Amino acid sequence: MMNPPAFWQNGPAPGNFYSFPNMQPQMKPEESRQHSQGPVTTSTSILALAYDKGVIVAGDLLASYGSLARYTNCPRIFKVNNNIILGASGDYADFQYVKEFVEQKIITEECLDDGLFLKPKSLYCWLTRILYQRRSKMDPLWNNFVVAGIQDGQPFLGTVDKLGTAYTDKVICTGYGSYIATPLLRDAADKKPQLTLDEARAHIEKSLEVLYYRDARSFPKYQLGIIDVDQGVSIEGPLEISQNWNVAYSIKGY
Amino acid sequence: MSSIGTGYDLSASQFSPDGRVFQVEYAMKAVENSGTVIGLKGSDGIILAAEKLILSKLHEPSTNQRIFNIDKHIGMAFSGLIADARQIVQIARREAAEYRQQYGSSIPLKYLNDRVSMYMHAYTLYSAIRPYGCSVILASYENGEPVMYTIDPSGISYGNHGCATGKAKQSAKTEIEKLKLGQIPCKELAKEAAKIIYLVHDELKDKNFELELSWVCKDSNGYHERVPEVVFQEAEKAAKQAMEADSESDTEDM
Repeated sequence: MMNPPAFWQNGPAPGNFYSFPNMQPQMKPEESRQHSQGPVTTSTSILALAYDKGVIVAGDLLASYGSLARYTNCPRIFKVNNNIILGASGDYADFQYVKEFVEQKIITEECLDDGLFLKPKSLYCWLTRILYQRRSKMDPLWNNFVVAGIQDGQPFLGTVDKLGTAYTDKVICTGYGSYIATPLLRDAADKKPQLTLDEARAHIEKSLEVLYYRDARSFPKYQLGIIDVDQGVSIEGPLEISQNWNVAYSIKGY
Repeated sequence: MSSIGTGYDLSASQFSPDGRVFQVEYAMKAVENSGTVIGLKGSDGIILAAEKLILSKLHEPSTNQRIFNIDKHIGMAFSGLIADARQIVQIARREAAEYRQQYGSSIPLKYLNDRVSMYMHAYTLYSAIRPYGCSVILASYENGEPVMYTIDPSGISYGNHGCATGKAKQSAKTEIEKLKLGQIPCKELAKEAAKIIYLVHDELKDKNFELELSWVCKDSNGYHERVPEVVFQEAEKAAKQAMEADSESDTEDM
């Protein structure tokens, strides 16, 4: 005589779930890890300095994959409209995403044909809202943005980081540049509050050079964005950082 | 309209026994009630011109515009119900933006025309909705090639060298046929366009009107925009002179 299978064979113990055949065991929370919340292809510092009649922004053309110098022609300073330049450091894909929707915003605005144009303070505020919202969703856009422009005839310079922290200043550097270049540029701006364009440019170029010696993720090819009350917007580049490594021979003892 | 009252004109989703869709024909009537709009193809671009009838002296100038930007390189002019046309404008802008987001380049007018005309056509198929009461002209200048389409309330679209819709479309078309389309540079064509609008304007029925002129051409770097003030003044002057010369010769005949 055949014995029928027990009524509740292999069933769950009271208060537990049924364990299906061939199911992988569940991963424990401490073993799981989210992979999508970090930068992948990154760019290094942006330097920016306000002078008497405008703002100058500089950033190199390198996009790194970790410590690998992966792509060497990645511009990250662009003209938004005749009032604004936007520069970014951090994740390059996130920058491209932001660039795309900022540009669409400008087109939509131009379509209205009302003679009004986005001003730097508005873009700065808007980016702050977006970045703060994304960090609040625990999915930040991994960038530092530098907004440079002319607001009602006056130079404007502001920055927003991936957490939505934002401030305006006459000197703004992101990334490694905030350690190496900010003191140099602040010193210059403090010594002479009303710099001319040529002086500002010289200070930026010197800072880029210093930064290039120190920052292992930097690159000697760079772009320079200048927005001036009189001359409007220009993006120059690719330019070459002047460098001199003779000093390296005098370093001994390593 | 001998078939009015036969009951076949109550819905856009029903044919009459002789194969007509009356709601669509009525929509075309609505188009013919509004000011004339023309589009002319030049050797280096396209001119759009509109006769904007001023219904009340209390309106501000340049309200209720008849020519819109759709994207940087695309312009749209319409005749018919203004509120209907604004919705078409909105749809066209959205399609252009979506294309840009997906393909990273500006939408070719051929595709925009397809999408907008399909959209308008869909409104001729259902009993619950009415067709759009407007005809639109789409114009762009792509890769050195001027392109222009018109779309009817029925959803039919045509590619054109020159076109006219609205009140005086017949006499405007007669005038347009006299021109050597595709051979005149846009600066000259602006004058011709202004002349035609002034010529077909019916002073007895509609007293005041405002001329609208826009172009998308080599001179505007492929952007669609209102013609510069200088060109506009010149065109309007030429049109007024032509009208005066016309009326003088009329009195001589008498």
